[in-house]
Amino acid sequence: MFRFLFDRDTWQEVFDSFSKNKLRSILTMVGVWWGVLLLIGLLGSARGLENSFNRLFGDFATNSVFIWGQNTRKPFKGFQEGRRVRLTLTDVKKVEENVEGIEFVVPRNQRTAKMDRKFLSGNFSVAGDLPLLDKVQKKKLKHGRFINETDIQTKRKVAVISEDIYKQLFEKDEKAVGEYMLINGINFKVIGIFKTSNVSMGPSSDVHIPFSTFQQIFNQGDRIGWIMVTGKPEYSIKQIESDAKLLLKNLNRIHPDDKRAFGSFNLGGEFAKVTGFLTGMQFLTWFVGIATLIAGVFAIGNILLITVKERTKEIGVRRALGATPFEIKRQIVVEAVFLTIIAGLLGIISGGWILILLNHFAGQGAEAVIVNPSVSIIVVFIALIILVILGTLIGLIPAFKATSVKPIEALREE
Amino acid sequence: MLKINALHKSYKIGDSSLHVLKGIDLSVEEGEMVAIMGSSGSGKSTLLNIIGMLDVADTGEYILDGLPIDNLTEKKAAVYRNKFLGFIFQSFNLINYKNALENVALPLYYQGLNRKKRQELGMFHLEKVGLADWSDHLPKELSGGQKQRVAIARALAANPKLLLADEPTGALDTKTSYEIMEFIQQLNDEGKTILMVTHEEDIANMCKRIVRLRDGVIMEDKKVTQVRASAHV
Repeated sequence: MFRFLFDRDTWQEVFDSFSKNKLRSILTMVGVWWGVLLLIGLLGSARGLENSFNRLFGDFATNSVFIWGQNTRKPFKGFQEGRRVRLTLTDVKKVEENVEGIEFVVPRNQRTAKMDRKFLSGNFSVAGDLPLLDKVQKKKLKHGRFINETDIQTKRKVAVISEDIYKQLFEKDEKAVGEYMLINGINFKVIGIFKTSNVSMGPSSDVHIPFSTFQQIFNQGDRIGWIMVTGKPEYSIKQIESDAKLLLKNLNRIHPDDKRAFGSFNLGGEFAKVTGFLTGMQFLTWFVGIATLIAGVFAIGNILLITVKERTKEIGVRRALGATPFEIKRQIVVEAVFLTIIAGLLGIISGGWILILLNHFAGQGAEAVIVNPSVSIIVVFIALIILVILGTLIGLIPAFKATSVKPIEALREE
Repeated sequence: MLKINALHKSYKIGDSSLHVLKGIDLSVEEGEMVAIMGSSGSGKSTLLNIIGMLDVADTGEYILDGLPIDNLTEKKAAVYRNKFLGFIFQSFNLINYKNALENVALPLYYQGLNRKKRQELGMFHLEKVGLADWSDHLPKELSGGQKQRVAIARALAANPKLLLADEPTGALDTKTSYEIMEFIQQLNDEGKTILMVTHEEDIANMCKRIVRLRDGVIMEDKKVTQVRASAHV
């Protein structure tokens, strides 16, 4: 039954009717071409955006919330309102132990300090951190290492500095790891240089020193600046946030309804908005792409219907010369599928070009909005299969129309 | 060759029906050249269409070369048309985007012949109508007479038992008409059975037998002495 597909004459006929009606055929194909182009272009761009988001957020535990102390707004248990609330290491421990679904609780301290190195100096923010920070906010180290457990235990005076500070305090191409610099007049040994991230989660720090060292040199005691709470993926970060806050209010004798005592920033919530947007966009892309594709295929069917009407007489002649209705139908369906596939392939190719152009103009460098815009080959195959099926179905309409006219009436047509 | 008995055909027009053929009896022997004449509405075209299996009779018998033509499905009719019949139309009905050779070879395509064979046979028949040099020309590049000769070559291509011509000279001037008729007479001389519908007396007189229809019945059926077209050219 499908032997005719390998028959040169079938294709000769298709080629003839195509090349003799070039403009009409090309116009017919524009619809499908455009649909496929849109589908590939949009899907690729959506993937590119997703890749770029993943690259930006990839280094962060996105299921996180920052919590810090502010001033109370309600008197409670004998305390006046307006009391300054400071979180302590005890709070960290309690949150870690009592709130359900917690992965990490990272205490953080930060303040501004003057830094000197030979004749260069500047004011930068310095943070006291645990090695744990690297787990929730991956530092991309260019050289050296991050703070480790021994640094904490022995309160070593070591510093991990950002690329920016390195540029400001060190000579070009100078080796920094192992060198010393002054922080508030105290000598610190540089143990690592990290790359500055594109997105900052909370206040950014230029220099990281061991948590214990920070406590000591700034006379911090148990007090901490803020905590970063990371939830396990299966737990809702919103729930963790309110649980943690309620617990902290209890521990610090704050009115349970006091909304201003703790400030917070829910990273998970923000991130969910972005990923939700991406999912929405992908859905929209498929919807628009497939709808355009269907519209394009219908356009082919529509034009073939007109073509068949125009060719009524020709079809009548062919039937008078001995073409069976099946042969006529088969020919028209083959033409429809052929046009759809060629248009689809052209759409895939030009869609690919668009993605290449996008990648070339918007996809280069670390700041790129679109990273590696691409469409998987499976999607392309699915699109082609859909095209073949739609082309066949839509070709059947003009095919049946063509043979519904009796040859004698077709011949009478002018 | 061809035998028709008590053929009736009527068309429905709205609620009423129009009785076009009211019992036609006709038999044509091999090698005959018959002109079917009649005013418009006499049923001559309907008769030709039924003989050409483009239309089916309501009742009656139609036997072509010993083969009863009945219970025609579209597919069966197409196969019979392809095997047994060659059509020549008034308006030539060439396919305008195919060149002369491709047009001639088209019936052979539907016979399932391979390309080489089709080209050969097509060329052979084009040569026969004297248009071998025009084989790669499109119909629009040909004159009316040339187009009709291509159409005749196409009708001959499948080597049919019977040639059916519907006003073959209707769209041509007198001189070209006679040239075409001369050619058709030649074919008849070679033994082809030819049936043509015409309303021109001079053309009809170039056949060997004239069948006159009026209001769906045969008024007259007589043999005539053939006027040779070559005498007029």
